[in-house]
Order: sequence, then structure tokens, then C-alpha cells
Amino acid sequence: MIDPAYRKKMVVVEGSYAVAHSAKVCRPNVISAYPITPQTHIVEHLSQFMADGEIPNCEYVNVEAEFSAISTLIGASAVGARTYSATTSQGLLLMHEALFNTSGMRLPVVMTVANRAVSAPINIWNDHQDAIAQRDTGWMQLYVEDVQEACDTLPQLYKIAEDNEIMVPGMVCMDGFILSHVYEPVVLLEQDLTDDFLPPFQPKDILDPEDPKTFGAFASPDTYEEFRYLHEQAMQKALPKIEAVAKEFEEVYGRYHGGLIDGYMLDDAEIIIMAMGSILGTIKDVVDKYRAKGEKIGVLKVRSFRPFPKEQICKAVKNAHAVVVLDKNISIGTNEGALFTETKSCLYNSKVRVPVIGYTVGHGGRDIPVESIAKVIEETKKVAKSGITVESQFLDLKEELL
Amino acid sequence: MSKTAPKTYITSGHSGCAGCCDAFAAKFTLMGAGPNTIVINPTGCLEVMSTPFPYSSWQVPWIHSLFENAGAVASGVEAALKALGKKDDIKVVSIGGDGSTMDIGLGALSGAFERGHDFTYVCMDNEAYMNTGVQRSSGTPFDASTTTTPAGKVSFGNPRPKKNMPAIMAAHGSPYVATTSIGFPRDMIRKVKKATEIVGPTYIHAQAPCPTGWGFDTSKTLEIAKLAVETCLWPMYEMENGEITQVRKVKNPRPVEEYLRTQKRFKHLFTMKGGEEEIKKIQAIADWNIEHFGLQ
Repeated sequence: MIDPAYRKKMVVVEGSYAVAHSAKVCRPNVISAYPITPQTHIVEHLSQFMADGEIPNCEYVNVEAEFSAISTLIGASAVGARTYSATTSQGLLLMHEALFNTSGMRLPVVMTVANRAVSAPINIWNDHQDAIAQRDTGWMQLYVEDVQEACDTLPQLYKIAEDNEIMVPGMVCMDGFILSHVYEPVVLLEQDLTDDFLPPFQPKDILDPEDPKTFGAFASPDTYEEFRYLHEQAMQKALPKIEAVAKEFEEVYGRYHGGLIDGYMLDDAEIIIMAMGSILGTIKDVVDKYRAKGEKIGVLKVRSFRPFPKEQICKAVKNAHAVVVLDKNISIGTNEGALFTETKSCLYNSKVRVPVIGYTVGHGGRDIPVESIAKVIEETKKVAKSGITVESQFLDLKEELL
Repeated sequence: MSKTAPKTYITSGHSGCAGCCDAFAAKFTLMGAGPNTIVINPTGCLEVMSTPFPYSSWQVPWIHSLFENAGAVASGVEAALKALGKKDDIKVVSIGGDGSTMDIGLGALSGAFERGHDFTYVCMDNEAYMNTGVQRSSGTPFDASTTTTPAGKVSFGNPRPKKNMPAIMAAHGSPYVATTSIGFPRDMIRKVKKATEIVGPTYIHAQAPCPTGWGFDTSKTLEIAKLAVETCLWPMYEMENGEITQVRKVKNPRPVEEYLRTQKRFKHLFTMKGGEEEIKKIQAIADWNIEHFGLQ
């Protein structure tokens, strides 16, 4: 039951509006974005806030392409501005080169990604291929389950990214359309609570004529490797910080969505389903039905894909009889999704011995009905009993189209 | 320069070639812009030679991001200064080569000018991709031999004339566009100063002869830059709100042959059959400049 006092604070708004509102209360100094479906409504709402004078001390730069959106924020962040953008799919791919540059210069830009499939064939609906393709760009990636979490993760990510020990950019990955265009009850972030939670951005190094510094220098083989090492170290420092900030957020706002990971019916689970994003809601519904029958099925939500929580995942699955990973992406050439690959990778040298299978699902917005989740659970139960027969496969392929 | 000349804000000790045009261009730009300047530098010789980590030649805040995004990075620097209430005191200047400005970075630069950001963009045009080994750019002049447009048995080199970059930038509604040359430091410093004092996106296109890429003795950089102006192959003018308002006159234009002879990139015009006809075509470009810009 929802506390009536809390219920009173809830409003039914579009996911994109709620996210734009969150971005606003984080007090960005520079917003730069280019419209692309299904991110469009986020930047439109922000534009309206600007037109109504609701974001003080902020410049909104309407750029000619996503490549310039991220490049604009590189310049702005280096001057010491808190920066925000939102994008998806081809737009995110167009940013690719500059994503490396943002993180390499250790500029804590924060962005919302309304995840969408990539071309070709062109498709505007949701899967995670766009963000997964950016996994090695050195950005943090937090995947959210619902609109409230999409809202609440923004100030959390600023706080993590702008920590002087970390200084790594990050993206909040929310499922396009499924979350960006849904109307559901949320509590919009309060300005006063957000001001308490998120202090102003105070970087140690900025572009300032009073104290001239050089950003983005040329590094030879003598020095380049150490930059990469320090970047990796910063990501490792972000692991505990993500956990700590999620708890700090809970103390201030009373909501918790998980730190690096989150469990549902996990403690005694014999079969565990792992996934990222909005599909977790469907999975939890199916698991409820299994639990009602007394079957020990649990859900492992992976919230942080970068940095990747190896230890936490090993610990969470150590007592399971079998694990299945659902990925809304595929690394073509491996026949498997990225979360599946990485989960197996972190288990291999651990003491945890549990069979893991994978499904690559929901490409280009393909619906994933509860029956299909049940089918996956039945397959995983077989694996727990008699071992793996098929390691990874597509879910619900239409044989007649092949 | 005289004792009263403005201070330079780029130190010696960088790793530029002897006679490097970029070093001159950067020095003159900062002499015009002054110390309260943030410099944005796309990838190129200048960035590589001036910032071998952990060293830096820059005595002003400086940022290099990528090859093709200096216009957008400058937009962000300017927007952030505005948002943080610092814009009134600080100038934003981008210094890029012809490749990053006229080719790969044109989209980002066009966007920045169309949006009207208050900054000055200086293109130091050495007329090819010098950082990667003298390949053709859209700033490469007609008949120049580069490694991707080499002169050969059936080719006189680059088959196309230079892109008219100042006209493109003026067409964006820029309040001030000027051409200059590192061979005329006072002119360049004056124009940069003027550009940075005007509110809005302003553009300076400076010819910057490269000893390595053009093939001449390292002591001749400034001399050859002057020859380009004296042969009318490099007209120097100012445009305000799209109209030409000032032109540097050339009283007795010298034949283009004198300029072409100084450089290996045009050497084939003097050895190949039909070279004379090609030189006439280049003379026609100079003659058009004289007529169009009223250089005499």
C-alpha cells in the first residue's frame, strides 16, 4: 500500500516530462541537444522551461547535430558548467567519437539516453543496442526500470560524476517509448530536496584566464597508458560511490531503486533471471505467479552496466541452481547479448559455479509477453536439472520470416 | 616587433618545424586577442607541437577536443561563460587549420556561426593536410601537387581551385570576416583584435605558408607569404556584414610565376609539357582577384 501522504505528492505525467523536470531541478548551466525520436519530448519540455524562464543561469544551445551537442558540452563542462543533454540511437552513435573525448578529458557531462534500436533496417522502437555500442567509451551507464527511477537517477548520477575523485561522464539509460512516452504516476523531484542533495559543480580544473590550464593535450606512448589506467581507477572508485549515493538519495527522498544491482525475491532463489531496464517489470509479474505456486524464482536487476559490478553479481547468484540473462542487444558474431557475456566473464574466475544461459530479446521494440518470460523460466529450470543444451538464443523468432 | 608590440602568450620551446607557419599564426592571434582569452584548437600540427604532455606552450587557457568539432566546443565555452556570468571579461578564440575548418569541421563551424555565438575563429590556411603528410584539402590551390593530388604523367596536381571560405562565413551573417597573412603580422594582429572586440561570430582567414608541405627553405616562410599577396593570389580584405569594406592594395602586382617558382609543390609546372598553359590559368586567378577585389 502506498502511504496516502506520499500518494498525494504523485502526479500522472509523461515520462519525458518527468525527466526534463529532473534535469531542470539539477540546475544545469548549459543544455545542448538535437531532437531525435524517442528523445524528442525531453528536449522539447526543456525548451519550454527555458522559454518560460524556469531554468536560471542556463544557456540552451540548439545545435545542428548530436555530434555538436556533445562537443558543445565538452567546451561548457571544461569552463566549469554543469551540463545536460539527451539523445538516442543514431544520435548517440553520431556522438561516439566525442564520447571518448568527454571521458578522456574527465568531464562529468550527464545525459539521458532514451534507448532505441539502430539502423539498418531503420527502426525507432526500443532496445539497448545504441548504448551497449558505447560501452567502451569510458562513460558510466545506469539502466533504469521505470519513470520514477529515470527521474531519480539524474541527480544521483551528477553527484557521482562530479565527485572530484571520479570525474567521469555518465548516461541514464531509459527505454525509449516504453518509459519516455508512458504516462504513469511519479513524484516530481522537489527543488529544495535536490538543492540539499546535489551541491553546485565545483571542479578543481577549469578553463580560466586567471589560472591558465591546458585541456586535451597530446600524449605520447610514454604517458598515454597512465591516462587509461587512471580512468579505469576512477570507474572502480565509482562502484562504491554508486551504492552510497543511492542510499543518500533514499535518506533525502525516501526512494531506493538499487545501487549497482537490486534483487527481487532473490535471497532464496534457485532460478535467477537477470536483465536491465523496463523489462524487469514484466519479469517481476511473472515471478510473482511462480512464487504463488511456491517456486523459488528470483530477479537480479543490473542497474550499473558501467562500471560493471562483478563482485556483487557473483555474490547475488552464488546459491542459484541456474541463471538466465535477458539482453535487449546482441554483439553480432558472438550470438549473445553483452550482459550475458559479461556475467559469464565475471563468474569464470570466481568460486561460484552456476550454469548461465542467455536470451537476446525484444529487438527493435518486439514485444516480450509474459508467456515468453514463462517459457524462458521453464528452459532455465531444465538447465538447473540437466545442464545447458543451448547456451544463447534469440527469443520468439518468427521462423516464417526467415 | 617593436618594444611596444603586444605580449605573446605562446612560449618558445614547442616542437614545431623550423620556420613553422602555425607558430607564427598562433603567436599573432594571441597578440591580437590578449591574455583574457580561451583558445579552442582542433586537431592539427599546432595542437600536437604545442602540448606534448606534460608540457604546454600555452599561457592562456587552452582546449583541444577533436579534429572536427572546434566550432561546437567554442559554442559551449561561450555559452558556459555566459551562463556563469563571465562572458564580458573573456574572449573566445578558435585557431584551426584548413582541413579542420574548411572540410571536416565545416558543419560544426557553420552551426556555431548560424547560432551567433560570440567568438572569433581563425583559420590558419597552409593549404593542405600538413599534420598527416601533405594531402589535399579544399584549401589546396589549383595545380598544387600534394600526396593525394600528385602531379603525374596525366595530372598537373590538384584539379580544383580553393573553396571560397571567407564568402561562406560572410554568408552566415557574420558581422566581420577578414583575410590576412602571417607575412603581415601587424595586419593580422589588428584584424584579430578587431574581430575579438566585435560581438558575434567573426572569422579571420590567414594564409600560412608551410615550409615542409610547400617545399621551400625554412627561412623563407614570411617572404613567401608576402609574395602570395604581392602576386595577388592572396587578396587581403575585410568584410563587414557581408560587404567588402577594406582592401589592401597591391600597386605593382608581380607575375604569379615568381611565387610559383619558390615552391616544390608547383615545380612540375615548369618541367611538364603544357605547364606554361597551366601557369596562365593561375595568372587568370590572380587577375580575377585584382578585378573582383579592386586590388589596384
